[in-house]
Amino acid sequence: MTDLTRLTIAEARAKLSAREITASELTDAYLGAIEQANPALNAYVAVTADQARAMAKASDERLARGEMRALEGIPLGIKDLFATEGVHTQAASHILDGFRPRYESTVTANLWADGAVMLGKLNMDEFAMGSSNETSHYGAVINPWRARGSNSQLVPGGSSGGSAAAVAGFLCAGATATDTGGSIRQPAAFTGTVGIKPTYGRCSRWGIVAYASSLDQAGPIARDVRDAAILLKSMASVDDKDTTSVDLPVPDYEAALGRPVRGMKIGIPKEYRVDGMAAEIEELWQKGIAWLKDAGAEIVEVSLPHTKYALPTYYIISPAEASSNLARYDGVRYGLRVPGKDIVEMYENTRAAGFGKEVKRRILIGTYVLSAGYYDAYYIRAQKVRTLIKKDFDTVFAAGVDVILTPATPSAAFGVADQDMAADPVKMYLNDVFTVTVNMAGLPGIAVPAGLDGNGLPLGLQLIGKPFEEETLFKTAHVIEQAAGRFQPEKWW
Amino acid sequence: MSVDLATVKRVARLARIAVSEDDAMRMTGELNAILGFVEQLQEVDVDGVEPMTSVTPMAMKKRQDVVTDGDRAADIVANAPASEENFFLVPKVVE
Repeated sequence: MTDLTRLTIAEARAKLSAREITASELTDAYLGAIEQANPALNAYVAVTADQARAMAKASDERLARGEMRALEGIPLGIKDLFATEGVHTQAASHILDGFRPRYESTVTANLWADGAVMLGKLNMDEFAMGSSNETSHYGAVINPWRARGSNSQLVPGGSSGGSAAAVAGFLCAGATATDTGGSIRQPAAFTGTVGIKPTYGRCSRWGIVAYASSLDQAGPIARDVRDAAILLKSMASVDDKDTTSVDLPVPDYEAALGRPVRGMKIGIPKEYRVDGMAAEIEELWQKGIAWLKDAGAEIVEVSLPHTKYALPTYYIISPAEASSNLARYDGVRYGLRVPGKDIVEMYENTRAAGFGKEVKRRILIGTYVLSAGYYDAYYIRAQKVRTLIKKDFDTVFAAGVDVILTPATPSAAFGVADQDMAADPVKMYLNDVFTVTVNMAGLPGIAVPAGLDGNGLPLGLQLIGKPFEEETLFKTAHVIEQAAGRFQPEKWW
Repeated sequence: MSVDLATVKRVARLARIAVSEDDAMRMTGELNAILGFVEQLQEVDVDGVEPMTSVTPMAMKKRQDVVTDGDRAADIVANAPASEENFFLVPKVVE
């Protein structure tokens, strides 16, 4: 029998529909793969085997009756940031020890309503703060990819590192993820998977542990563009419980695949040619340009003059929002409590013990830039620059550009415990240099694998679209995927 | 702008995070590296630019001012480190 974990969602859907396989067989195959692989990859922080088998059994009963919902019997991994009723939900933080919510996030509720099966909760950077998945309380996730001829461990990117590693390592058919500055697209690029951050407001944020509320957005990580389209269709919805959820119907994204890109205008922003960018990234970008040109698209150079300010703006706005959002972890309502001589000391001791280094660093930066005397100089100025960053995109789109093509990351996956990045937090932050502009402007962005570097590691391209034009991203990404082919790691784990 | 050790301790106090002397020293360096990095925003001309409040030009949704939820006290305290009769328990705050 073929290895069921190698099937894409679309392939599994066809086999389930034809009754060639059962949902229970598919789920058991994944549970077996997780048991065998997780000690090496550390992608899951909790496996919900009993729940998965029960959900798969329910799907099999439906299938036997000839009923089939959009994700019937498809086994998924869920980032630990999503509230799942009665199940481990800790944002991979020590401060949420033992937290089991009494409610379900809207995104996951949508997936279960479409018949998906939950395999467990996926590792991530603590509170989604990181670009390597090394800030997790549960330890680093290991990338299923290794450099050719090497056995040193690489990071899968972050913050959705567990999601990306689990999808690339065949430990789930697809995964939920979230993206505040690049946390879906950078790990997707590092693992040869497809990740889309939809337009701000497309997926409900209700029940997702908040990091920076004006930037956070959920999306899928999947094996290919079609699977990403299938997942986003189910995850996205209009939700009264999130006031920023946008009141627009969710299109059938999968139907966009195969539509022509002939005549489309593809913008190439000159500011994304950054100093010190690897020659291989530039070559990859040129390949992407050539593929889209061959498909009949028109290539135009565009300018996004405030690009270089996006990352510094992000490192004011996101910590500011985080310092406010994370004020709720005080040892009173949930999670860890460390006693003190009075209530203030209890708060201080709890937060000192419960938060990791990166989270504390961002809370302090955020508290500082919001404090009296610095608010205007830092926070208000950053919000003004954010307006300018968005205006750059508005101008380009108003000039007739349909999609912007950029590299997804400035490099391929780097090593676990990289010394340079450990010594300088800003160096780690630079991972998001190509992705963070998209969050600042609330736009949709997709990372699609486009090739391998000289060491055999995957590299991705990013497409940026107009608000709520995810369909355009899917059809364009599909053209790149068809030209580039698909990339899978060689199993060593 | 840069921060000194006393500022870091003050900010940590505001954020309710206990820091040791060593932590505060280390964080001073890290925070200054980040503040140095964001310093470049000072060169941007933001005269007459409105600060962003929302990325999508949409009015925030409002709902009717009616009770739609409630009577879930047991659920709400279910994850508390200490609770009694559906109240959160904390160290004494008033003498």
